[in-house]
Amino acid sequence: MSWVSACQLDDIEQEGAIRFDHGGRTYAIYRGPDDRVYCTAGLCTHEAVHLADGLVMDFEVECPKHSGAFDYRTGEAIRLPACENLKTYPAEVVDGEVRVAVN
Amino acid sequence: MDAIVIVGAGESGTRAAFALREAGYAGTVTLVGVEPHLPYERPPLSKPENGAVTMKALCSSQALLDAGVTYLHGVGATALDAGRRAVTLSDGRALAYDKLLLATGARPRKLACKGAERALDFRTYDDAKAVLSGVDTSRSVAIIGGGLIGMELAAVLRGKGLAVSVIEAAPKPLGRAVPSHFAARLHSRHSEEGVHFHLGQGVSEIRHNTVLLADGTSVPADVVVAAIGVQPEIALAEAAGLATGNGILTDAFLRTSDPDIFAAGDCVAVEQYGGGHVRFESWRNARAQAETAARNMAGAVEPFAAIPWFWSDQYDLVLQVAGLPQPDHQCVMRALPTGELAFYLDDGRLVAAASLGVGNSLAKDMKLSEMLIAASVRPDPAVLADPGVNLKALLKNAKAA
Ligand SMILES: Cc1cc2nc3c(=O)[nH]c(=O)nc-3n(C[C@H](O)[C@H](O)[C@H](O)COP(=O)(O)OP(=O)(O)OC[C@H]3O[C@@H](n4cnc5c(N)ncnc54)[C@H](O)[C@@H]3O)c2cc1C
Ligand code: FES
Repeated sequence: MSWVSACQLDDIEQEGAIRFDHGGRTYAIYRGPDDRVYCTAGLCTHEAVHLADGLVMDFEVECPKHSGAFDYRTGEAIRLPACENLKTYPAEVVDGEVRVAVN
Repeated sequence: MDAIVIVGAGESGTRAAFALREAGYAGTVTLVGVEPHLPYERPPLSKPENGAVTMKALCSSQALLDAGVTYLHGVGATALDAGRRAVTLSDGRALAYDKLLLATGARPRKLACKGAERALDFRTYDDAKAVLSGVDTSRSVAIIGGGLIGMELAAVLRGKGLAVSVIEAAPKPLGRAVPSHFAARLHSRHSEEGVHFHLGQGVSEIRHNTVLLADGTSVPADVVVAAIGVQPEIALAEAAGLATGNGILTDAFLRTSDPDIFAAGDCVAVEQYGGGHVRFESWRNARAQAETAARNMAGAVEPFAAIPWFWSDQYDLVLQVAGLPQPDHQCVMRALPTGELAFYLDDGRLVAAASLGVGNSLAKDMKLSEMLIAASVRPDPAVLADPGVNLKALLKNAKAA
């Protein structure tokens, strides 16, 4: 597993998400209400819509297009029309820096 | 054994079939649809990516199989005998039911002018294919009707480099469902993109390669599309003696005048809390009514109470409207870097919101606005107008109060 530096923790608002592009792929990185960070594939599994534009409430991200929703800790699809789970990737904060293992 | 029959395999009927299983219904479920394909989504038809029509299936045949849903496609329900609880199909079969769901949707309104048969409809996958393959060999298109579908189509066809004219009988486009401020914004965007508008104009005749307007103007058109709205598909219900009006009339539980027959989606006019019946024509409504109707058919007693919501994509802009904004509501605008958000207050209470912005940039704010509407908040208009005030914080305060 190799870690890549994505951003600073302060770049993400609490209960918020940002987009992270790396190696030709796109991801969403979330900062939970627990102040931990999480990383999932960036695009909704229903249509290719970026989840970083979605509303984050508790541990749920809602797709900005049709309100499908996912638990971003596990990637589980929890509301239709999204029915396929999202891929998740390890994420951590080291000295205020967010790192993800997306390779 | 219990049997439920669903007539109409569009967004609503198909969603209901699955929702019945989610609600624990264990009897047979038969979904009858007159279109030949697997159930598919309509919104992508007028928002084709790369200009080509895509068939976006609502589910796979495996998913229908797994849910134990029998899908009869390419067959229409031609008669309904509510007394005997049976539906007759176009292939001669009869299906008996204990409960029936009518999810027959809507069909395009037809033009009445001379040459009307030359105009193409835009409702089904086959319609979309006919229009988009027809324009591949033409230079000019006239769209009759400046509603949401006509305007979405105008944007797509401009993207393909065609000369596009929009002919609208009202003085302004998008007058029906879109708040006037946003309708005006979209109108000017279309003008900037080179769409020619003929407003306040009736069509007197459609000829080969031209549309003749009431004032004598002739509009060049190799292809003519009619997008003048839809009519609820109520024929089956009407012939069976169910109560109908601007749609199949239901009570708040989506039950028709026959207690064993429910209805959901574009074909329904649902009873309102304050009296009267309202019909909605949107994707989310079709799904939400399907879910409520399915739960009620499986034994629940749940009124339909979702906040109306729809979206529309035109060029790089996304319009969203939640609730039913009215001209007499107090409108509070919030300007944001990528667009505008409008809040509508009725006597101080937040009842509706709308937004127009680039891509999905305002989706989060609209979602929070919907939650604020559901929470019946009475916000300070100055706070709503201030882009520095986080709507999530407002919602949390409202919930804590
Ligand atoms: C081009 C287009 C773009 C749209 N874009 C948007 C959008 O951006 N946002 C939005 O919110 N909404 C949009 N909508 C609206 C949305 O698609 C509809 O509200 C939704 O499809 C309604 O679902 P429904 O199941 O009630 O009806 P329908 O989708 O019309 O399905 C009804 C089905 O029943 C079948 N049927 C009817 N009678 C019978 C019978 N007797 N026997 C058997 N089958 C029968 C019909 O053939 C049809 O397949 C769009 C609609 C169109 C046409
Ligand atoms: S694109 Fe995410 S729910 Fe449809």
